[in-house]
Amino acid sequence: MMMLEITLLAPLVGGLLLAFTGHRALAGWLNVATGAVTFAASLALALDVFDHGARLSAGRMFYIDAFNVYLVTLTAFVGMTTSIFSRPYMRHEVERGRVTDRRMRLYHSMYQGFLFSMLLALSTNNLGIMWVAMESATLTTVLLVSLYRTPSSIEAAWKYFVLCGVGIAQALFGTVLIYFAAENRPGGERGDTLLWTVLHDTTAGGLDPAVVSLAFVFLLVGYGTKVGLVPLHNWLPDAHSEGPTPMSAVLSGLLLNVALYALVRFKMLVDASLHMELAGHLMMGFGLLSFVVAGLFLHRQHDIKRMYSYSSIEHMGLMTFAFGIGGPLATFGALLHMTMNSLTKSAIFVTVGYASQIAGTQRIDRIRGLIRTQPSVGWGLLIGTVAIAGFPPFGVFISEFLLLMATMKSWPWLTIPLLFGFGVAFAGLFRHLQPMVFGEPPAGQKPIQANMLPVAIHLALVLWLGLSLPTFLSGWFEQATLLISGAALR
Amino acid sequence: MNSLAMSSLSIAWALAAAQTLIFIAAAPLLAGWVKRLKCHLQNRAAPTVWQPYRDLAKLMRKDMVLAENASWLFRATPYIVFGATGLAAAAVPLIVVHLPTAAIADLIVLVGFFALARFFTALAALDIGTAFGGMGASREMTVAALAEPAMLMVVFTLSMTAGTTNLSTATETVLQAGVVLRPSFLFALFALAMVAVAECGRIPVDNPATHLELTMLHEAMILEYGGRHLALIEWASQIKLMIYAVLIVDFFFPWGIARDFDAVSLAVGVGAVTAKVMLLAMLLAAWESVLAKMRLFRAPQFLGFAFLLALLGMLTSIVLETGS
Amino acid sequence: MELTSLGLYSQAIIVFAALVLFTSFVMLAQPRIQPLIYTFAWQGLLLAVVTALVALVSNHPHLYISAALTLVLKVGLIPWLLYRLSIRLNMNYETESITHPSMLLLGGAGLVVFSYFIAVPIVHLSGLATRNTIAVSIAVELLGMLIMIARKTAMAQVIGFMSMENGLFFAAVVSTYGMPLIVELGVAFDVMVASIVFGVFFFHLRDSFDSLDVSHLNGLSETDEAMPLPEAAEVEQP
Repeated sequence: MMMLEITLLAPLVGGLLLAFTGHRALAGWLNVATGAVTFAASLALALDVFDHGARLSAGRMFYIDAFNVYLVTLTAFVGMTTSIFSRPYMRHEVERGRVTDRRMRLYHSMYQGFLFSMLLALSTNNLGIMWVAMESATLTTVLLVSLYRTPSSIEAAWKYFVLCGVGIAQALFGTVLIYFAAENRPGGERGDTLLWTVLHDTTAGGLDPAVVSLAFVFLLVGYGTKVGLVPLHNWLPDAHSEGPTPMSAVLSGLLLNVALYALVRFKMLVDASLHMELAGHLMMGFGLLSFVVAGLFLHRQHDIKRMYSYSSIEHMGLMTFAFGIGGPLATFGALLHMTMNSLTKSAIFVTVGYASQIAGTQRIDRIRGLIRTQPSVGWGLLIGTVAIAGFPPFGVFISEFLLLMATMKSWPWLTIPLLFGFGVAFAGLFRHLQPMVFGEPPAGQKPIQANMLPVAIHLALVLWLGLSLPTFLSGWFEQATLLISGAALR
Repeated sequence: MNSLAMSSLSIAWALAAAQTLIFIAAAPLLAGWVKRLKCHLQNRAAPTVWQPYRDLAKLMRKDMVLAENASWLFRATPYIVFGATGLAAAAVPLIVVHLPTAAIADLIVLVGFFALARFFTALAALDIGTAFGGMGASREMTVAALAEPAMLMVVFTLSMTAGTTNLSTATETVLQAGVVLRPSFLFALFALAMVAVAECGRIPVDNPATHLELTMLHEAMILEYGGRHLALIEWASQIKLMIYAVLIVDFFFPWGIARDFDAVSLAVGVGAVTAKVMLLAMLLAAWESVLAKMRLFRAPQFLGFAFLLALLGMLTSIVLETGS
Repeated sequence: MELTSLGLYSQAIIVFAALVLFTSFVMLAQPRIQPLIYTFAWQGLLLAVVTALVALVSNHPHLYISAALTLVLKVGLIPWLLYRLSIRLNMNYETESITHPSMLLLGGAGLVVFSYFIAVPIVHLSGLATRNTIAVSIAVELLGMLIMIARKTAMAQVIGFMSMENGLFFAAVVSTYGMPLIVELGVAFDVMVASIVFGVFFFHLRDSFDSLDVSHLNGLSETDEAMPLPEAAEVEQP
């Protein structure tokens, strides 16, 4: 279990150190080093869990099983690669005078604080602590969204704070209700009933159906706000477009996943106690709505980061829909899609960050001729978008294909809106993308110093996973699928 | 046996009549007591508590001057007002509960009596056709339109717990339950007190002592009255104040009220109600000394707040006290 | 459950619960900043009293810690912080014009009825003496949300946020005699950090918009115009 402690402590200690040294030239490297240590420890942890099965820490504080360990690893990985990107990017921002030294300290320490709270939310065994960690994730990022102190960034941060605050409060109420139902279940012992292991393993099925359904509605509203499900998504495009780009990358690639993770955990509980598919149907409805609406909104965007954040909403909607369908195939597809979306979307945001530095603006109609100016960034953006749109050789295609299969099997007529959504999103992305990467660059547009290594790694991974899913990874996903859906694949 | 029942019934009727008379007779005393307390609190030389009686007697003796265009309505109104208020006083248990008059002692009837009196006052004020009369009537009706829903809401809240809108039965129910902390009663008490303040024309909604045209409400309506008519109207408004005071006492602090017709419990009843109403009058005097009269346009807010309190009382009585 | 079947302390819990609800209504329609802060502090105090009474009645000593925590945080620290900010930002005598206050209050009453119906399944399951107050706690939470939606100044929204948190804490206390202590500490920590972050935001908002009226925040929206973003998003070329 040592590895878990290192995974959690590294960002915490790193964040504290960076709170004092965040403005130094070396801080970027310290950030990268912290990310690397976290990732190494999480990888070791993952291998350990893969070999020996689920682990419960002493004192029952932490619980690691196949489902969350893969998200821990994913979080640590994206955290590390984004920190590699963030070092030159933020140095460039400092040189341009958009960020002062003090804010760099804030930025670096909050970056690690954010990673810490997400890892805590993933690995904790206590559903109450999970809520606390999710709220901390908001608190650590809200000042980063307003890092540039422009009126629009402050507005975005305020919206983010208030909407997520209201939303997450509903989730706390849902958690209280679950706790209440567990404390009042017939014939069970009291105490410790907020622990996942106790709730899931020993009380399974014994919770009062009426209270649990009520609780799930609150939880869906609460964590659904964080996932960015459609009527509650307003904060998401603002927060993504106004914050510094590394923040957009981790918000989009990680925070949304963790919120969905929380939702799925509760769905597992609710399904065990409820002899109907209320949770699944709710998630399917909201997921599909988000998927289609976000696809339509893609067409109307004028800001490149806003556009890709709508793409995030769209994919989160798809995953929510898939987890809602339940069943091994859909769950497997959703897990795979979670990975693919995280890797691709963070790569895209990194590239978008460079693209907007080249053009000096985030407005789509002023970003032109990226391939001519700087081929690496242009091609990166093109390939990333091709990947996220679900073109065949990439992993996103595989996961989307699996999801489509699963839908056809259990809800055949829902494939129509699903296909429609794919088409709309595809058209929306490429309509804006084409003039940005091709076309004539404006006069005087100069290339910048860009480190495309994280993008290359992410996109290569997505390509590789698309061509062949390695056995250990698919075995891993199958373990998680078994855990979530209660049935094995095949 | 039969004669015994007859005699106890006649005692009861006699008591009811006596109670009503005491009620009507004591009302100016309460007004005098409040005035005296206010003078003391404001460091002024205080008149005796008997001053309202002297004023009434003086007005009774005086000649009446009627406006030329006054119709029968104008002349009849003081009697109607006094009669309606007097009947309302007969319905409120002052010293003893379940008298024969208890049959009409319904809170909604009480609200109706007050509405009747107010309706005629307003009509009489319009009858003369002076500017003040019209203005006073319009203001009075504004306040009344806001106060009545709040009052009815209080009535409903109380009847949620008592199970009836009959005043006498409700008082007995509260008396039997003993000391119970009821949030709905807390809210209803404050709401009723605020409604009482507005309906009786006290500060901060109206100032009973003013004759300044911009601030008058009730006074503007009765400006044209004099002599016996004025005496009756003044007396009626004193009775009204007393009714509200006794209502509050009956509902929220009924302890001490007589339930039998023997002399000891009647004496206790008289003592208890005197002490409680005197205490309430002290609170009223303090309240009026602390607050300033607010602008007329704030009165809807004041009464809206009273309505909210009554509504909250109703909600808490459903949500917190009965449960599901 | 009939009120008369409860002991005097349990009745007191119910009375104080009703008063907590009342403070929520007062906050809903209080247009001035400073009385708003005071009312919020009163709500915290009443909540602490309720918690202590529940601890006394149910014999759960750990609730005394929660009560003390509430006292320190919700009666002391946060109101003090907000009060200081209101003075620093010169808004202690500002009033906010609330559109349709009476509709707002009636809407609040509607929310109380709504939460009564939400609470029905919960109340059925619970055997605690405090179970009737669960609906009130939900109502306090929803009223906090209504404050956040209906009010336009940042200060009122923050108070609505904190009041929502009060409702949640209240719900935990009366439905399950409090969450586990570690969770409660975590939540309290989050609330404290949130109030500090809100404080920082007040200054940012004032610096950028010259006011704390958040209805000015309407630059970011989905429009079909060619200029969805102000030039502020542009980067000045060196």
